[in-house]
Amino acid sequence: MTLDLPFAPGPRERPYTVQEVVEGARAVLERVLPPVWVEGEISNFKTYPSGHWYFSLKDPWAQLRCVMFRTDARRVPAQPSDGLKVYARGELSVGTKRGELQLIVRQLLATAEGGFYAVALERARAALEKDGLLDPARKRALPAFPRCVGVVTSPEGAAWNDIVAVARRRWPLVELVLIGARVQGEDAPRELGRALALANRYEGLDVLIVGRGGGSKEDLWAFNDEQVARAVAASRVPTISAVGHEMDVTLTDLVADTRAPTPSAAAEKAVPDRHDVQRQLAALAAHVGAAAGRRVELAGAAQRQTAGRMEIAAGRRVAAVRQVLGEAELLMAAGCASRVAAGRARADRLGAALEALSPLKVLERGFAVARDEAGRVLRRVAEFGPGMPFRLRVADGEVRSRVEAGT
Amino acid sequence: MSAAPREAASLQADLERLEAIVRALEANDLDLDRALELFEEGVGRLRDARERLGTAELRLRQLREAADGSVRADDLEG
Repeated sequence: MTLDLPFAPGPRERPYTVQEVVEGARAVLERVLPPVWVEGEISNFKTYPSGHWYFSLKDPWAQLRCVMFRTDARRVPAQPSDGLKVYARGELSVGTKRGELQLIVRQLLATAEGGFYAVALERARAALEKDGLLDPARKRALPAFPRCVGVVTSPEGAAWNDIVAVARRRWPLVELVLIGARVQGEDAPRELGRALALANRYEGLDVLIVGRGGGSKEDLWAFNDEQVARAVAASRVPTISAVGHEMDVTLTDLVADTRAPTPSAAAEKAVPDRHDVQRQLAALAAHVGAAAGRRVELAGAAQRQTAGRMEIAAGRRVAAVRQVLGEAELLMAAGCASRVAAGRARADRLGAALEALSPLKVLERGFAVARDEAGRVLRRVAEFGPGMPFRLRVADGEVRSRVEAGT
Repeated sequence: MSAAPREAASLQADLERLEAIVRALEANDLDLDRALELFEEGVGRLRDARERLGTAELRLRQLREAADGSVRADDLEG
């Protein structure tokens, strides 16, 4: 005997289990529907300790449960938040436990210009700004003559070799210290942060370069990581960022004390050029020589006016100076010719100015020059006749004078 | 401390000292003996500085964290 209930299964229909029904529906969906793009707004976003993301996509008329597994979620540069408009690509399926239709999201793009990268960047930038780390007043000057330059980059990358080549050419007096870190990929932000912290614990550095050679936006992304930017900002010594050149500006660039477009350019900013310093030395040599030469001639002139016996001593000194001047000339000759010429011309102008001043300077010190009525300088007693009028030039003017009778 | 950093530091000191010497000599109120002393010092410093620039060799090192947690800078092949 069978019960005559309208909803009971018939004799040849065995009841399906719930699991069979749900999995059957899932199999149909997954077999029939290709992956689709869905446009919607994120709501009820949740992350789980497993790293999976759960959220709904909604529009004014409907909503769709979504799951994004950890391996897919970690490729998204920023965690989305409720209200964000996105394109999600994935496969439709049915969640076994709840029997709910769901989209298994493989790829998520923010619909805002620049996508998730722009979202992540703006979020990190705002956080750094809030803490005052983007304030231009924080920027520190680079040391003029660093003894030791740290470089946070990949030991395998071109950036390190570029920096070594520039330092060797420009300023081999420096010591370069590599602090290795992977600069792209998932581990890059963590490794960069660790390298920056290590650099900060080393006492010897005077300046720190952080960077890598050019690459795609994705390749350079670690330098937009908020924690990397914070580690750069925390450096005890001034920093130079050098991050590729295909992207506008990274957060690391914004936080660093100085920004360079490439690693080579960073090295050029970090160290002086020895040829400039050689030119500077040549100009200094010319200045020292000219100034000392003038000084000696001035003293010689003064001494000649006071007493003839001093002339011998002054002459010896002048000879000594000439000898040293000769050495300065050699030094200058070894430097860059055109700059030496410029330095020498400057020294000559200086010398001419001093020369114009020198007789007055001598008068300032209490010496006087006697001239006859015709303006000839009177040097010897024999040139003064009894009662002869003459003019005495002192520092601030002339005194009309006359030789006493009988001198 | 290695030789190269010391040289860079004294090069900077040399340049600063040379500029001070030029200023003192140009001020023109030194007595002659003092002026000559300064001049000879200046020439000596010029010679030293040039020699430092001419003979320096770039030094490369790599920072590592030792097992005991200390930070070491090991020499690297150039």
